[in-house]
Amino acid sequence: MTDALTQLMTERDWLLADGATGTTLFNMGLTSGDAPELWNVDKPDNIRALYKGAVDAGSDIFLTNSFGGNASRLKLHDAQSRVRELNRAAAELGREVADATGRTVVVAGSIGPTGDIMEPMGSLTFDSAVEMFHEQAEGLKEGGADVLWVETISAPEEYKAAARAAELAGMPWCGTMSFDTAGRTMMGVTSADLAKMVETLSLPPLAFGANCGVGASDLLRTVLGFAAQGSERPIIAKGNAGIPQYVDGHIHYDGTPDLMADYAVLARDCGATIIGGCCGTTPDHLRAMREALETRPRGEMRPTLDQIASALGGFSSASDGTGDDAGPRPDRRSRRRRS
Amino acid sequence: MSDQEDDIILSELNDEELVQQMHDDLYDGLAEEITEGVNILLERGWEPYNILTEALVAGMTIVGHDFRDGILFVPEVLLAANAMKAGMAILKPLLIETGAPRMGKMVIGTVKGDIHDIGKNLVSMMMEGAGFEVIDLGINNAVESYLEALEAEQPDILGMSALLTTTMPYMKVVIDTLVEKGIRDDYTILVGGAPLNEEFGKAIGADSYCRDAAVAVETAKDYMARKHNQLAAG
Repeated sequence: MTDALTQLMTERDWLLADGATGTTLFNMGLTSGDAPELWNVDKPDNIRALYKGAVDAGSDIFLTNSFGGNASRLKLHDAQSRVRELNRAAAELGREVADATGRTVVVAGSIGPTGDIMEPMGSLTFDSAVEMFHEQAEGLKEGGADVLWVETISAPEEYKAAARAAELAGMPWCGTMSFDTAGRTMMGVTSADLAKMVETLSLPPLAFGANCGVGASDLLRTVLGFAAQGSERPIIAKGNAGIPQYVDGHIHYDGTPDLMADYAVLARDCGATIIGGCCGTTPDHLRAMREALETRPRGEMRPTLDQIASALGGFSSASDGTGDDAGPRPDRRSRRRRS
Repeated sequence: MSDQEDDIILSELNDEELVQQMHDDLYDGLAEEITEGVNILLERGWEPYNILTEALVAGMTIVGHDFRDGILFVPEVLLAANAMKAGMAILKPLLIETGAPRMGKMVIGTVKGDIHDIGKNLVSMMMEGAGFEVIDLGINNAVESYLEALEAEQPDILGMSALLTTTMPYMKVVIDTLVEKGIRDDYTILVGGAPLNEEFGKAIGADSYCRDAAVAVETAKDYMARKHNQLAAG
């Protein structure tokens, strides 16, 4: 049987994903520092409302409230023994909301990073990462998720571990990284690196891309970087609604619905198929994005960096490490080889 | 190919060449070579404090600049910091013995709910690299654990870090508590983490937002210099 996402992608040439989870839950009273995943069991109505917010605003895909639902992260809340249960609940609530819509809405089981550093710099081994992700994947699968959705990853090995976990769980998956450091991930991965890496996996993702990071402009530069690799694989763009600000005790993102509407259309012109928001993206933003994607024509050509900057604001760094203007690499200081 | 280059014998280099080579070895994250270099300089009668500043801190400054400029990324910096740590393991007891001058003291930790401690570890290691004494509280700290550490350690600087939008507001909880207790101004408070920015730092009442570990070190040095000047003037 074809999964719901693959099905939708054969019918349509763009899909709207969802917006923010954390920002929305805060507005419902989640306390800073607490685990959002516990609400899947403790406050299911809030999670239904979160999902419905995206669905009612026109999202074709929404992510489950399970981003931090791996054993390593849940351990902070002494809930590491509840991985399966909390992920299953996240997906079950999603299934319920999706099935009530009467149209095809994809329930994407969110999987975030473990937070640990991979070997050799850190203590996390590939095998233990696979094991943690696999446990989470099985919970999401049981709850009825259509696909797994790996996001905000910065280390290539962790991305590969999640891919392996999806394979073990027999689930189709999508995977995005967060390019937040001079156009690369924190671990130095460029957009070109990711585009190449996904093709080397034994179970490649249905779609790959970028989420979070630094604002909408940077994210689109990353999407252009994927597209420049000539990949036929669908590209995901899930950017933040601007930059976070602290207003009256709340985190507020400065990107308006109008700006995110422009971002959505530009993302499609840059080559993205699955377009959504990340932190700060509310249902109001999603509605504006949906309307723009439905009513505005596709551009004739890929937008240039200048066009992106003039529509959405400047970039956080001069280069993103790809192409001819890639920054200098530290070869000047390699007089000694590592033995 | 470069067999010859592999054959650098550290003990055959003169002091100046050796220090240069140690900068390179730090850059390349070679812990064993740093250990060897530190021992050679000690045998040659160098003061521990001079080894710290001229060989290690100066080398880490280059790493810090290239990290700031987007030339090096986290994996390389972690390896460099690891090499630095190997050298510090030898120097630390000697520095205490010889009563070498201290840059300052910092308590640092990631706030409650956040286990993303990569950035915090970098700051911690690079602050040590710059000669600061660092008390690292690790991850997932509630306001109580910050208070306890401030009381026990009496540091100059409090550093807090968060990587998730869901945890960054907790920094304000900590600062508000310090204000309530009337001890906010006893410390310089530096905050950092990927989702943060300068406006956020100001809005929650921190002294400075630090974009990355290199900036954190520069900022901490600035505040310490100001503090010394104030003490001198007062």
